[in-house]
Amino acid sequence: MINTLKIRKNQGEQAIPDVTRAEIRPPFRGLPAVDGSKCGRCDACREVCPVGAISARPLAIDLGKCVFCGDCARECPEKSITFSTFHKIASTSRDYLVVDGAKNAEEYLSGAIEARQEIKRLFGASFKLRQVSAAGCNGCEWELNACGNPNFDMGRFGIEFVASPRHADGILITGPISENMAPALEDAYMCTPDPKVVILAGSCAISGGVFQGSAALNREFLDKHHIDLYIPGCPVHPLTVVNGLLKFMGR
Amino acid sequence: MKWIYTKNNRPVRLADIPEMTMDELRAQIVGRCREGRRVVAFFGMPNGRTETVYAVLADDEANRLYISSGAMGRERRYQAITPEAPRFHIFEREFYEDTGITPEGHPWLKGVRYGHDRADHEKTMESYPFFTMKGEEVHEVAVGPVHAGVIEPGHFRFMCQGEDVHHLEIQLGYQHRGVERLMVERYDRSGIHLAESIAGDTVIGHATAYADAIEALSNVEISRRAQAIRAIALEMERAAIHIGDLGAIANDVAYLLGNAVFGVTRTLVINTLLSLTGSRFGRGLVREGGVAFDFKPDHVREFKEKLTKVSRDVELMGEAMFEMASVLSRLDHTGTVDFEAATKMGLVGPAGRASGVSLDVRADHPFGIYRFYPVHKRTMLSGDVFARSYMRYIEIKQSIEFIFEQLDGLPDDKPLISPLHKLPSDSLVVSMTEGWRGEIVHCAVTGKKGKIVRYKIKDPSLQNWYGLAYALRGNGISDFPLCNKSFNLSYCGNDL
Ligand code: SF4
Ligand code: SF4
Repeated sequence: MINTLKIRKNQGEQAIPDVTRAEIRPPFRGLPAVDGSKCGRCDACREVCPVGAISARPLAIDLGKCVFCGDCARECPEKSITFSTFHKIASTSRDYLVVDGAKNAEEYLSGAIEARQEIKRLFGASFKLRQVSAAGCNGCEWELNACGNPNFDMGRFGIEFVASPRHADGILITGPISENMAPALEDAYMCTPDPKVVILAGSCAISGGVFQGSAALNREFLDKHHIDLYIPGCPVHPLTVVNGLLKFMGR
Repeated sequence: MKWIYTKNNRPVRLADIPEMTMDELRAQIVGRCREGRRVVAFFGMPNGRTETVYAVLADDEANRLYISSGAMGRERRYQAITPEAPRFHIFEREFYEDTGITPEGHPWLKGVRYGHDRADHEKTMESYPFFTMKGEEVHEVAVGPVHAGVIEPGHFRFMCQGEDVHHLEIQLGYQHRGVERLMVERYDRSGIHLAESIAGDTVIGHATAYADAIEALSNVEISRRAQAIRAIALEMERAAIHIGDLGAIANDVAYLLGNAVFGVTRTLVINTLLSLTGSRFGRGLVREGGVAFDFKPDHVREFKEKLTKVSRDVELMGEAMFEMASVLSRLDHTGTVDFEAATKMGLVGPAGRASGVSLDVRADHPFGIYRFYPVHKRTMLSGDVFARSYMRYIEIKQSIEFIFEQLDGLPDDKPLISPLHKLPSDSLVVSMTEGWRGEIVHCAVTGKKGKIVRYKIKDPSLQNWYGLAYALRGNGISDFPLCNKSFNLSYCGNDL
């Protein structure tokens, strides 16, 4: 008992008091700053990028493909690509994830998540998700679990991962969707009662990530169903997830 | 000469690898395994219309690896090795699934991962006939592939008699992404990124195995400093996951304080890794030729300060948890795998060491900086959930001590990333690291033009999954989560 009290005292309060204001320290790689005007067109970044996330004219990075490895920033001799620590990069639009120099952090954030009245009305106070790992490498899965730990504690906002799709308001997918997992993903979706949302977390889910184009994948699910929210990262950072979900819920 | 001997990360020319008939190779393997060698790799490589089979055996005491090969005739079958050397069971299953060549007399040729490039597409996950059991009190419980928590998918079938599990059959393959094939097709563009994603909880372990393999092939010795930084990251990874798993185990015995405290402590470790690499999992750190991030004096100070706290908190929490009667009563004698069974199945890593299997790549086949700072192997005997948990506790402390030692004596040679040479033609290298789950093996084979033509990966999970199934026999079904967490195996690592 004495020991238990000692441990409790030693730990103190661990929750991040205001997750909306929390910052991640450098050298975390969040929203990239892309400055095409400095670019000397040497193509070093594009040659080194493992996922083809960079387009040349204008110079832009697709956060849905990017695995945030930082290799491009290191290779660029002109420093036209740098990574900021800004982590609120989730968006309701796939096209919006392509960032060029025109958007700084505030501008990015202001248009990233389209607030929908109906989502706020239905899920604003309580949002339960069934997570389906469809060949996710366990990086994104660890981070999603972390969202519920004493630090990030998303349970205090009414957000929770539930055991059954039948208890869920939506499906949150990680991984590039393997052929072998495609039927189970479809089943989980079918078992979720309407109205429901679909969320993609991690570059694997959004674009296939480093596995894009592999013959072992089957991404038909994404053609069939509407995607409501994209959360980039490799893996997704818990603060990106929690803040993305909160904004999406209209909070 | 029937075998060529080499060491971890020392390439050999394909022409120097002895070749014999499959029957001879089998006899050789059986003979050497009787003498105490054990299999670390066994895979086929198409050779015209037939197949060349490569076998890599380890002599752990002599720090040596032995390689030999067999030429598969047109018969496409051979006498299975498993009945004589049981550790081969999963390797032969995998070999059969990949190549369609039948190891005759193998007790159980179930698919390992149902890969998209498997030899026989008639064999599907849906049509696989599970074991069944009959009797009055017999019932089956099936869970997965989608589980209750946020975890990777797999299918588990419990065959129970009353509350007791008579047998657990595990079906994997849902996570198959075709990694080995992608490695061959894209290694020069995204090899290291793929390696980091083989199992996202073992970023440093697999990335190090891959980078070591490429560097060894290209005959480059990276700087000592880069080696030390990799090893520090590898031990951070080990400590972080072990701490997280102790939290999960605490959760499963409803010891919520343990769950909370270990959870928070793990966060501290991975956030410290972020302060160096920009990623909580160390992604972006290991690169072919070295590491992408350097330790500044501030980093050294911060690592020491944070790890001092981690060490203290783990100890305080660990001592309390492992003394608590209500915790111990759930961990003791649960999910026991004895030494003999563990050896036969070929368990590796902490799960093996908890059953007395004294294997650790850092000591047996040291790589990188471990060649100068070998790790002292620790084992336990009881082989139950307690041993697998307590082993982790011991290893956390060991890892932190190792990191302190490295931080105090960080070599200051350069460069951080050494340039690589062109890969040699027709060569094979075996690269082994000790990830937190145990022995990771990457084998890379180059072809005539010096390009990688075959890339074989073995995550420790491949062998240990069967250990989990075995551990559950005779235990209550409610003990499954506990057994499962004590192993914490990788689905992706198995399915590739
Ligand atoms: S950080 Fe993103 S854009 Fe840059 S090289 Fe890596 S994956 Fe490509
Ligand atoms: S996005 Fe990255 S961390 Fe997430 S599942 Fe894919 S490879 Fe793993």
